[in-house]
Amino acid sequence: MSTTMGVTAAASARPGDGGHVVERSTRAGIATMVFFAVSLGFSVSMPFWADAIYLRWLSELACYFVMAQMWNLLGGYGGLVSIGQQAYIGIGGYALIVLANMAGINPFAAVLLCGVAAAVAAMPISRIVFRLHGPTFAIGTWAVAEILRLLVANTTVLGGGSGTSLLALRGFDRATREAITFWVSIGASYGSVLLVYLLLRSKFGLALTAIRDSELASRSQGIDVGRTKFLVYVISAFGFGIAGAIYFLGTLRISPDAAFGVSWSPLIIFMVIIGGVGTIAGPLFGAVLFFALSKVFEDFGSWYLTALGLLAIVVTIWFPKGIFGFIEDRYDLRLFPVQRRLRVRSTP
Amino acid sequence: MTIWIDAIIQGVLVGGLYALFAMGLSLMFGIMRLVNVAHGDLVILMSFIGLMVVEGLGLQPFAAMAVVVPIALCMGYALQRGVLNHTISKDPLRSLIVTFGISIVIQNLLLAFHSADTRAIHSAGLESQSLPIAENLAVGVLPVIMFATAVMLTAGLQWLFGSTRIGRAFRATSDDDGAAALMGINNAHIYALATAIAIGILGVAGVFHGMRTTFAPTDGPALLIYAFQAVIIGGMGSFWGTLAGGVLLGIAQAIGARIDPGWGVLAGHLMFVAVLLFKPNGFFPKTR
Amino acid sequence: MSALLSTHALKAWYGDFQALFGIDFEIRAQEIVAIIGANGAGKSTFLKAITGVLPVAPGNVVFKGRPIGGRKAHRVVAEGIAMVPEGRRLFPSLSVEENLCMGAYAKRPGPWSLEKVYGLFPVLKEKRKVPGTALSGGQQQMVAIGRALMSNPELLICDEISLGLAPTVIKEIYAALERITRDGLTAIIVEQDVLTAERVSQRLYCFQEGRVSLQGNSRDLTHEQISHAYFGV
Repeated sequence: MSTTMGVTAAASARPGDGGHVVERSTRAGIATMVFFAVSLGFSVSMPFWADAIYLRWLSELACYFVMAQMWNLLGGYGGLVSIGQQAYIGIGGYALIVLANMAGINPFAAVLLCGVAAAVAAMPISRIVFRLHGPTFAIGTWAVAEILRLLVANTTVLGGGSGTSLLALRGFDRATREAITFWVSIGASYGSVLLVYLLLRSKFGLALTAIRDSELASRSQGIDVGRTKFLVYVISAFGFGIAGAIYFLGTLRISPDAAFGVSWSPLIIFMVIIGGVGTIAGPLFGAVLFFALSKVFEDFGSWYLTALGLLAIVVTIWFPKGIFGFIEDRYDLRLFPVQRRLRVRSTP
Repeated sequence: MTIWIDAIIQGVLVGGLYALFAMGLSLMFGIMRLVNVAHGDLVILMSFIGLMVVEGLGLQPFAAMAVVVPIALCMGYALQRGVLNHTISKDPLRSLIVTFGISIVIQNLLLAFHSADTRAIHSAGLESQSLPIAENLAVGVLPVIMFATAVMLTAGLQWLFGSTRIGRAFRATSDDDGAAALMGINNAHIYALATAIAIGILGVAGVFHGMRTTFAPTDGPALLIYAFQAVIIGGMGSFWGTLAGGVLLGIAQAIGARIDPGWGVLAGHLMFVAVLLFKPNGFFPKTR
Repeated sequence: MSALLSTHALKAWYGDFQALFGIDFEIRAQEIVAIIGANGAGKSTFLKAITGVLPVAPGNVVFKGRPIGGRKAHRVVAEGIAMVPEGRRLFPSLSVEENLCMGAYAKRPGPWSLEKVYGLFPVLKEKRKVPGTALSGGQQQMVAIGRALMSNPELLICDEISLGLAPTVIKEIYAALERITRDGLTAIIVEQDVLTAERVSQRLYCFQEGRVSLQGNSRDLTHEQISHAYFGV
């Protein structure tokens, strides 16, 4: 039996029987961390030298990063496929209106509270949607988002159907506003990746993927299925709330259709699916790809969306792990090593 | 008092149309555990095809159904055999994403070819005819025809499922597709037949929808939600349950709209939420 | 006499996991052959490979002189191979009679009809309107056998039909099976109970870890031979 631990950067390598080693880190994983640290420093400095348009674009992309990560956490890792997460984008956005416009809280500081508002709203809502399972859960979440859209559209204080503006930002000059929005969104996107990464490496992550694979078996292993699902739903709502608030910090205007509209769902889901569901890097890759495509082909309108729909169908059927997952498997890359992998070593 | 009776009657009749939307959804879910996210968009697609048949061939709307329904049947069969059969698995993700993709494709192709304008199928004044049934109380001829069609189709489906060879095969495949294959059932074909029937019904529903109201390429998702709510409210026990679910949804919407015009659809949604909370298996749940 | 069904170097995989390592098997018309082996020996996999549930190469399985390997399950039934699956797998939302009718779905002509199945198992006629899964275990097994017969098979495969049944019920089931095969129906019987397998069959195969570890006439095999082939000790 081998007792040496000569595997590259094996964070929790344990000697296995007869030359097996449990591996949690990969060389690519270390490279990713370095890349992230460098890119974080780089992007934080951007407002001092970069053009405003790039700041706006990156802020938008950062929102997509958060949404894609949070959808993937819920649907890809948790198996709770939702097409109604726009409910929490909307709650986050409208919470920003209430907190900043009405309660006078600094809008940037309010972003975190918007996430909390979405998480709190998710608690009672989960009681409704968790009555449904599998595919019916997905449609149920959508129905809930529709209900919220109609409720807000019928609420005059919030501007009714035509929406309202984020007046609280009038006190800031444009450069400051855009710089802070940019920083907040960058912070949120890095935070979301880190959050998902840490969650998945924890016991909670193990429980989550176990439930996705077999609810019955997990229950018999003593996993509290109901609580785990509830938590992942609330965490995802929290992330979507923050993303929603940041998004509307950028647009300065909100309406029920923009906030709770179903057009969010294909956007987010296509990012995750095309990138690679059930991986951390996949949704990031998908978001960048989606963003680039949309900037290039936006003018083609419905033809562009038709092509995107077809792409999603093709990828789902023939590349179920997404484009990034396909590359990962092909070249055995693991940029975010959240799984424990058993390696058979050739020379014990 | 009369206005409430009127609201209920109108709600019941509209509920028949919702049931027509919902039957196929219930059928596909019952047999394949597949929720077709593009279901509402297929209703709108059928409305557009109906419109083209009426305007292009100069047919009456009811005659147009005779053209639209076969198209819908073939489309359903091809859709299932060519695409959706590849997505059937225990994981709901694939079929959801693929049908969602189909929904996006249908909406945007309709937008590309027909623009976002609203359309309507004209039926030579049928949409405005009504039958007086009491003082200050009348029912539209078209809604009555729609409701009668819904009842007939429900009875037909129930008979097909309960008393025919193909109905047995549907139920057997739904119970255990592996054992069904050992009986000589080609599951791929059975699934495709189920979807053909589901979409075929939408051929009828789409033309009715186009006659009853105006429609636009992006109206589909709202119809999907009505259909879904009708299925959940009714419960998964039988097609009669789905019809009842459609009727209850229609009544809730009609009463809500009488209270405040902005609250009609919302009242239906609230009924859906109430059913989920207090009667999660619907009013007519599966008994065994 | 040529074989009704034979397999040649039959290999099968579940994904990357190889479960069968070249099985050579044959059964002649009107023969009853038993397959025994411990859990995981590959008996069920073998049946799946024959009945088209698992994909295999065409020439691996030959039925009536024609290669049928890799043919889809629903086509294999039409060829004349019927299966009584392990655990019976009746359709819960179908009545007893509807379950039996499902067996006739492939519309193969032959002697079996509802009346004949009810003649074989009279108790089923009384309960024909009842959901199949509301019966006792033994009665359910009768439905499963009757359902397979309704397809008028030339080869009947019974997978662990005694599993979970009381000894008296097992006797009853095998007595019925004897009446069926007396008329000349060919059958493969998969059994965990070695004594039953020896008693009902003319020839016997023992599987071990995906290979045939023993074969021969059921009467001639000794207890030692079988337990060696069964446990590999």
